[in-house]
Amino acid sequence: MTQTATAVIVPMFNEGTVIRDVLDELHESFELVICVDDGSSDGSAAVAREAGATVLRHRVNLGQGAALQTGFDYVRGSAHIEHLVTFDADGQHSVTDAASMVTRARETGVDVVLGSRTGGATVGQPAHKRLLLRAGLRFSRLSSGLELTDTHNGLRVLNRNALQVIRLTQRGMAHASEIEALIARHRLTWAEHPVSIRYSAYSRSKGQSSLNAFNIVYDLMAARLTPTA
Amino acid sequence: MIVKILLIASVLVVAWWLLRGPGRGGRLAATRLAGLFLAGGAVVAILAPNAVTRVANFVGVGRGADLVLYVLVVVFTFVCLGQYQQFRRLEEKLARLTRAHALLEHEVEGRHDSAVGRDR
Repeated sequence: MTQTATAVIVPMFNEGTVIRDVLDELHESFELVICVDDGSSDGSAAVAREAGATVLRHRVNLGQGAALQTGFDYVRGSAHIEHLVTFDADGQHSVTDAASMVTRARETGVDVVLGSRTGGATVGQPAHKRLLLRAGLRFSRLSSGLELTDTHNGLRVLNRNALQVIRLTQRGMAHASEIEALIARHRLTWAEHPVSIRYSAYSRSKGQSSLNAFNIVYDLMAARLTPTA
Repeated sequence: MIVKILLIASVLVVAWWLLRGPGRGGRLAATRLAGLFLAGGAVVAILAPNAVTRVANFVGVGRGADLVLYVLVVVFTFVCLGQYQQFRRLEEKLARLTRAHALLEHEVEGRHDSAVGRDR
């Protein structure tokens, strides 16, 4: 059964080789899948369109945070959509997890359900990644004040209530921290849901460099210092 | 040394200036005035190098060249941070524009497809 009141947002940048499989799998459970193509040059947009996804195209590459916000803006304009799922394009998330997170959001009525790797299985996670995530988690807890068990997990469910207040200004990868900060600031209700992650050779090669953690912290600090126009 | 007070004060002014956010005409005018003042100072310094040394001595710096270096550091920092802010604002505008374009393009394609009776 596919869910009609739920939209899945897949930010995508040069994922032409895997996006077809990811979208096909998503379409088994979700009617509306929105791909935000963030200026891909490998024809990802055409592949996604062929797979039956709604495609929004950034003509220039802006970053994952900006791509998500474009998806949020689109969904905000579609009043019949009650829940929105954010889903990474590289196939590291499980569609079953996404569906059960939507069910959880619906049943409990919380504004945000965050995927958490601690409860689920993490297949093929490199050791340095684990250390880094632990440090990142400490940072996230400290800066947002939320008692999180995982951070920077791309799988999330937001309801309309959350969608109204979440406006991402972080265009890069710091958007995940920004979402946490916005949850805290607007006192949104939230829950974590155990999810499993598949670290494939592809997702590892596409994944962020560990040094990018420094960039994330830097972006967040810079955002605090510079007033937005 | 007077120069220490002046340099610290100028750094504080720069910091305050940058944190204040995008100003309107006043900020631009002040930046232009500072530019003209620097240009004027440069001409004077070229014509009368000894004057720079005298000013340096007055504020407690040994050589005029050192004073020029100090001023240069402050100005450079100011310019860098100002450019950085400007750049960030420009990027923000680019993001908004790209987003609006993506949404508009999708809307237009949808209308076109329904006009020619294609199923999406």
